[in-house]
Amino acid sequence: MSVSTGASRTSVVRAGSVALCLVVCLGAPATQRRAEPAGPTHGGQIVVAERTPPSTFNPVLAADAQTHAVLDRLFADLVHINRQTLKTEPALASSWSVSTDGLEYTINLRPDLKFSDGHPCTADDVVFSFDVYLDESVHAPQRDLLLVGGKPIDVRKKDDKTIVVKMPEPYAVGERIFDTIAILPKHVLGEAFAKRALPRTWGVDAPPESIVGTGPFRLRENVPGQRIVLERNPYYWKRDRDGGTLPYLDRLVFVTVPSSDAEFLRFKAGEIDIVSQLTGDQLASLSSGSGYQTADAGPSLQYNFLFFNLNDVNAATLPALATRQRWFREEKFRHAVSAAIDRAAMVSIVYRGQGEPLWGPVTRGNATWYNRALPRPARSLERARALLKEAGFSWRDDGALKDQDGKPVEFSVLVQATSVPRKQMATIIENDLAQLGIGVTIVPLDSRAVVDRVQRTRDYDACILGLGGGDADPNVDMPVWLSSGDHHFWNPSAAKPATPWEAEIDSLMRQQISARTFADRKTLFDRVQALIAEHEPMIFLASPDILAAARAGLANFKPAILPHYTLWNVEELYWRQAPDR
Amino acid sequence: MIRARRAILIVVVAVHAIVLAAPWLVPYDPAAQQRLLAFAPPSRVHAIDAQGRWHLRPFVCAIEPSTAIPFRYTEDCSRRYFVRWLVRRTTAAGFTTRESLRLFSVDEPGEMFLFGTDEFGRDVFSRVLVGARISLVMSISAVCLSLALGVVLGSLAGYMGGTVDAIVSGATELVLALPWLYLLLAARAAMPLSLTPTEAFVIIMALLGAIGWARPARLVRAVVASARANDYVTAARTAGASTPHVLRRHLLPQLPVVLVPLALQLVPQFILGETTLSLFGLGVPEPAPSWGTLLASAQRPQVLVEAWWLLAPVVGLVGICVMYYTLARTLRSGPLVSRL
Repeated sequence: MSVSTGASRTSVVRAGSVALCLVVCLGAPATQRRAEPAGPTHGGQIVVAERTPPSTFNPVLAADAQTHAVLDRLFADLVHINRQTLKTEPALASSWSVSTDGLEYTINLRPDLKFSDGHPCTADDVVFSFDVYLDESVHAPQRDLLLVGGKPIDVRKKDDKTIVVKMPEPYAVGERIFDTIAILPKHVLGEAFAKRALPRTWGVDAPPESIVGTGPFRLRENVPGQRIVLERNPYYWKRDRDGGTLPYLDRLVFVTVPSSDAEFLRFKAGEIDIVSQLTGDQLASLSSGSGYQTADAGPSLQYNFLFFNLNDVNAATLPALATRQRWFREEKFRHAVSAAIDRAAMVSIVYRGQGEPLWGPVTRGNATWYNRALPRPARSLERARALLKEAGFSWRDDGALKDQDGKPVEFSVLVQATSVPRKQMATIIENDLAQLGIGVTIVPLDSRAVVDRVQRTRDYDACILGLGGGDADPNVDMPVWLSSGDHHFWNPSAAKPATPWEAEIDSLMRQQISARTFADRKTLFDRVQALIAEHEPMIFLASPDILAAARAGLANFKPAILPHYTLWNVEELYWRQAPDR
Repeated sequence: MIRARRAILIVVVAVHAIVLAAPWLVPYDPAAQQRLLAFAPPSRVHAIDAQGRWHLRPFVCAIEPSTAIPFRYTEDCSRRYFVRWLVRRTTAAGFTTRESLRLFSVDEPGEMFLFGTDEFGRDVFSRVLVGARISLVMSISAVCLSLALGVVLGSLAGYMGGTVDAIVSGATELVLALPWLYLLLAARAAMPLSLTPTEAFVIIMALLGAIGWARPARLVRAVVASARANDYVTAARTAGASTPHVLRRHLLPQLPVVLVPLALQLVPQFILGETTLSLFGLGVPEPAPSWGTLLASAQRPQVLVEAWWLLAPVVGLVGICVMYYTLARTLRSGPLVSRL
């Protein structure tokens, strides 16, 4: 039985676009028709800013967001997650089918696929690409994503246009596994791979014409540290809804701009056409001007949280911390801290109202996995106070909180010194908890020192961190929820679950990865969210909206909540009217 | 001249007295947040009311947050609050309230933010004044420390020459070449995680002093070495003058000319240096105010456009530098002691 085929999906998409076209053609008011007389126009360029230039042009080795921002425009994957709908859609594969046991995927490639140098792209290139990603000597950061239950997936060629992928065990993520796995040209890289020289190939000094992919653009010029110019790939496979060629733009230019403020000022000066991540105050200052279009893509997938050190620390080496851990382990203490935190103030102060308060790891932006049943109590100092009383805490005459032994309750909170939003959250928490008589010292440290203390030395009281943004699927957060995971921040890489509820979360997360239906997975992950909310090992704070802006004449500008927020549909962007520079 | 000197001295003493007494002079607790009044502009202090009547006692109007745009406020002069000396104000302390005596403030429930409020609704005036106490005392002590080290080491090197010179110059080069970033990270790792404000203060001062002595030492060495070659120094030494005498009488008096401008450069540099240190968890942590952290939060271009009052510490910094410069100029002519 075929569970989901791309072909039927494509036809649905086509039918949808026909319907949309009908609405636009028949229902649109006359003024709008005048503004867009001839539909999409080809030509022109857009300039966008990146904080740092890419660290490589080899997509197999790309690890950071800046590198992906450029390389994801040069390369394409078999199946792609649509950044707006968060659902999969056919890319280089025209369709696929799944065997009834869920273990075997048969993938059909589009006809007449060509690389950006005109060379045909066939099943051999696909098999070659997966060989490269799975080769241990290459050290591809995405290799782990292609392991199911610790075993690599098996990719074989059936004929020139058909590939068969065998999963070692049922895998709930399904075809999402193929997203952003770039299909590489065997005729260019085959030799280097055979000589084990692939990790040294396509570095930042590679000649632009040697970088060959199947993305909407190809590399034209690279001026290290200044700009990267991409030009339209004439062999690009995707067509617009009228069957016209894509991309519409002739060129895409990335310039290196080291700070968000500089990027914003250059956008206002007309030197940059799109800003992908605005802060709330920047958006506010744009709303008063003209010549721009701004968009609020809604709550992002990012979740910021406070957590306490629940590691099994050695009372002999860290005696003071071990005493304080008695408070941190008390669930009522954690609930009281959570109840005292003013999340609404965080949204209004940190994000200038462009965000949402959080009580769980899944934001409203991720509607598929959001657990609506989670309790979301408003801030209440009374409830916090009652909880502390129940847990045996009391107050001195000057209002300071003390524990059963009469020790004043004081702890420090680590925060990354470079993260302004999280530093502001810490300042709010300090003030909120002072109202309970709890003394908080904020310790801003550089990011590496924070991670080192949390994951290695484990010498800290509490910490504020943020996660999320990669994918909407809960599987990306496996290392956070499994007690053996290295992002299980409150007690990372534990040998065994420290509490019964952590053991339950472990088993739920393992069950959902091999569950066959979405409904089953959703029930399991809803329970995980409920357990986390019940025991609060992490106290969730707030999530920013994705805010973006572009020049007014840019059409099809539809920011999404998955990266890349604004360039995900770059092939469909076009200039309704040329920008004034 | 004497009068100008007296005047500037009075100003210097007064400024330092005000700065040192800041916590007792300010109208608000510098860490108290009034989140509903974030980014409120500086309060307008009126003497004439809407009916055109004069009031001997100045007053402020009530401010209301605008419902349409966040962080915009309108003034409602139908409710007036008069400025008074020695006012009792209630502030939230835990889940109770506390009454405290303020040197000046307005009648409750009015608010008087002389320099406006920041993003948390904290009074900028109180933060600038209390922050000045921390930053100014710290950077001035750090400047004194680095100048003292620089003068001692530099004049030794310049006067004695030879091996001493080689050692001191080598050490200077080393200090200037060290990768401070990594040393600071290592130093931070060795220290306890949370530092009390006093500990942080002493550590920052010591660190800034330890990093800062190299440049003054180089400068002093050059001045002393070149002065030593003068005929009058040779004459004095031939006449049997001792080393301390030559240093005190002939060489060190040449230093203020170069050291005073250097010190004036170092004061603001060290105030900002403290911000850099806070990046490594060595600065003055929030919510305690310091000019370094206040300036750091005012570095964003949006602030310049929308909340210009957050630049108040810049005005303070310029004022302080001008004050020291004027002091240095008035002290320059004639022997030091008689000029005071």
